[in-house]
Amino acid sequence: MATIAAPARAAAPASSPSGLWSWIATTDHKRIGTLYLWTALIFFIIGGLEATLIRTQLARPNMGFVSAETYNQLFTMHGTTMVFLAVMPLSAAFFNYLIPLQIGARDVAFPRLNAFSYWVYLLGGIFITLPILFQVAPDGGWFGYAPLTTTQFSSGPNIDFWVIGLQVLGVSSLAAAFNFITTIINLRAPGMTLMRMPMFTWMSFVVQFLLILAFPPITVALVFLLMDRFFGTTFYAIAQGADPLLWQHLFWVFGHPEVYILILPAFGLVSEVLPTFSKKPLFGYNVMVYSGIMIGFLGFGVWAHHMFAVGMGAVADSIFSLMTMLIAIPTGVKIFNWIATMWAGEVRFTVPMKFAIALIAMFTIGGISGVMHSSPPADLQQTDTYFVVAHFHYVLFGGSIMGIFAGIYHYYPKMTGRFLDERLGNVHFWLNFIGMNLTFFPMHFSGLLGMPRRIYTYDAGQGWDLFNLLATYGTYLLVIATAVFVWNFVRSRTRGAVSGGDPWGAATLEWSIPSPPPEYNFAQIPTVTSRYPLWDLKDPSWHEGESSHGDTGTPGPSPLTEETETHTAKALGIPMPLATAKPAFAALGLVVMFSGLLFLRNDLFAVAMTVTLGGAAMLIGGLYVWLTSPLE
Amino acid sequence: MASHAIAGHDDGHAHTHYTTTGLDNRKIAIWAFIGSECMLFASLISTYLIYKGKSLVGPYPHTEYTDAAGKVFPAILDIPVTSASTFVLLMSSLAMVLALQAVQLKGVPLPANAGWWGRAQRSSQLWLFVTALLGATFLGFQAYEFTAFVREGLTLKTNLFGSTFFTLTGFHGAHVTVGVLWLMSLLWIDRTRGLGPQDELVVDIAALYWHFVDVVWIVIFTLIYLIK
Repeated sequence: MATIAAPARAAAPASSPSGLWSWIATTDHKRIGTLYLWTALIFFIIGGLEATLIRTQLARPNMGFVSAETYNQLFTMHGTTMVFLAVMPLSAAFFNYLIPLQIGARDVAFPRLNAFSYWVYLLGGIFITLPILFQVAPDGGWFGYAPLTTTQFSSGPNIDFWVIGLQVLGVSSLAAAFNFITTIINLRAPGMTLMRMPMFTWMSFVVQFLLILAFPPITVALVFLLMDRFFGTTFYAIAQGADPLLWQHLFWVFGHPEVYILILPAFGLVSEVLPTFSKKPLFGYNVMVYSGIMIGFLGFGVWAHHMFAVGMGAVADSIFSLMTMLIAIPTGVKIFNWIATMWAGEVRFTVPMKFAIALIAMFTIGGISGVMHSSPPADLQQTDTYFVVAHFHYVLFGGSIMGIFAGIYHYYPKMTGRFLDERLGNVHFWLNFIGMNLTFFPMHFSGLLGMPRRIYTYDAGQGWDLFNLLATYGTYLLVIATAVFVWNFVRSRTRGAVSGGDPWGAATLEWSIPSPPPEYNFAQIPTVTSRYPLWDLKDPSWHEGESSHGDTGTPGPSPLTEETETHTAKALGIPMPLATAKPAFAALGLVVMFSGLLFLRNDLFAVAMTVTLGGAAMLIGGLYVWLTSPLE
Repeated sequence: MASHAIAGHDDGHAHTHYTTTGLDNRKIAIWAFIGSECMLFASLISTYLIYKGKSLVGPYPHTEYTDAAGKVFPAILDIPVTSASTFVLLMSSLAMVLALQAVQLKGVPLPANAGWWGRAQRSSQLWLFVTALLGATFLGFQAYEFTAFVREGLTLKTNLFGSTFFTLTGFHGAHVTVGVLWLMSLLWIDRTRGLGPQDELVVDIAALYWHFVDVVWIVIFTLIYLIK
């Protein structure tokens, strides 16, 4: 790790405000990104603990570690937590922190809306997570199939928490997506054309469109469920002629794009890491962009491959099978382009690079088993077995989580001014890598041997025992790995080696400013002339003989310089958004408003109305003072 | 819905700050928002169409229904009345266009020979008021329709038609309500400090939302009321 020896610079600007209130009232995209990161990591640990309990229960046949009811709550909350409270917000942490830095902006387009998104996420996350402490957590699976989740079959309050919680979290995701779309379209620095944007920003851009188009269908599905449960409508009432597949269609029209919402940010992160540690530009940049867009586009046309087993008929099965196979093409393009990026490069095997390479390998395994499912006859054998569990953990853990860890190790120095410890990082990587494969690889076998998903226990003598035991050991390894990571993550904030502005020799704008970045990001908004501005700056002839990488060769009026000094925004005369807790207050109002519905279950109509109207008043009042006060 | 209004209102960096496209941030955000709303209504309308004709008991939208006790429920949709409310909503879009034009023309001197229509065209307060009033009238029609249906025996709980119909048109009505409140707050700002040409964007965004809600109604009216 030659780069660690970079000259030590001041670690953190002394002027940044501190204290709890400064975090509640912050409108700085970097601080909001940091809040997302910490919160999502805590939910990641909660989701991981739920998984540990699940695996402990399944370690041996006929275990009585948890009851069937608790088990249902655990797998439901494990899925819900990991998808909505861990991986999506971990991606959001990077959207927040990196997008403005990568495109040369001083903040997102709507800083206060950004704070609102975070607070809705936090409060919604607490709302949906707390019930598990009282054994009333949602228990209908993360997919919440209706009519299973209607009052007829799930009469307790469990599903109420799930329906209301997800509805609230949807508001957070949608608000954030409008914000980032606007930011990327409208706040790019001069010269930062779309085809010069860093790949992480590009993939994030695609994801925001998936969010705004995929969340409305699940919002509608949840509204129907909510109305069925609380107001007696008949959307999922089979006895009244309702279609038992309505929920499945609406859910998966959201659910499959959601898969790409979870993976594309990780693809973006490794697309930053691989070129940096290969000292080569990303291979086939344009094709990487197009394939990302293609994945997003096709992602809306494959939802029914989650439903082959329901008997849609040969025509529908064939179409969705074909579309699903097609999506392997742009994904495969990405895999090969990453490999070609490393090919003949000066590869440095740092921790982020190891995680990035692990993503390529592990995601490929998950992708291949995915192509197997795309064939309906094969899928009919595999659906609802542990084979499917193995598949989606290879893409979500082996893909998303590996990519996010690559991103955390890569960008931690930018966020804190200090490196994560390399030795502990290596321990984390190897434990994580071995633990992941030990956990999920055996599930391919237990699945093909017929072990169904979502069962809380099983009998011995079906050939599943060894595979389950191995998976449980693997999970314990992952617990140790995560503990090492948390120790490293917390400790390095104060004890890590000082990194400086550009510790890895990277190429994009976020590395041209000090670490951690000053509140205003760029003292002077740079003018961009190529995809790799910092490499141009350090060695103008670095890409001679290669393709142009978007280089126009003519520096603009304010060419890029590396900024090493930190001032205050005030001293530089840069207007910054004012700190305000109004968005947090409005977010609280929103969650209180929705939670009023809970009281309808016990016919506490007056209480429900009081809470809902009180929450609505808080929300409207909060919005009013927010919208009528100046931004900066 | 809460976040929706914000995206249109949060005074972003646009007035004094550089933007890539030269457009205001809010203009881009409202288009992204409308894109998302299209999917919302597409999901609601699709569900209505999937459940069309699947109700096990009446009342039905276009056909008569006789229940087990021999009670007759006539076809419930009242197309003449809804045609009138549709016309009202369409006219509100016209008024919205005139309101935006009036704001854009603030500061442009009125020609000496301008008649009453020329003067009326310059009154943003008048047209904001007319737009909001027509929107509120549409809501009045909807309230009448809903209560009439309930009286005739169709509620949210009656059958699939009742559930899908009230939810879909109720969602649309909620959007109109938000729009009316939005227009009334613009009217209030206009009365207190006066909207000038610099406020064109604020009115433009409200207008985009209003026209969108109007267009959605045209789709709903065609698919649910007109096509049997």
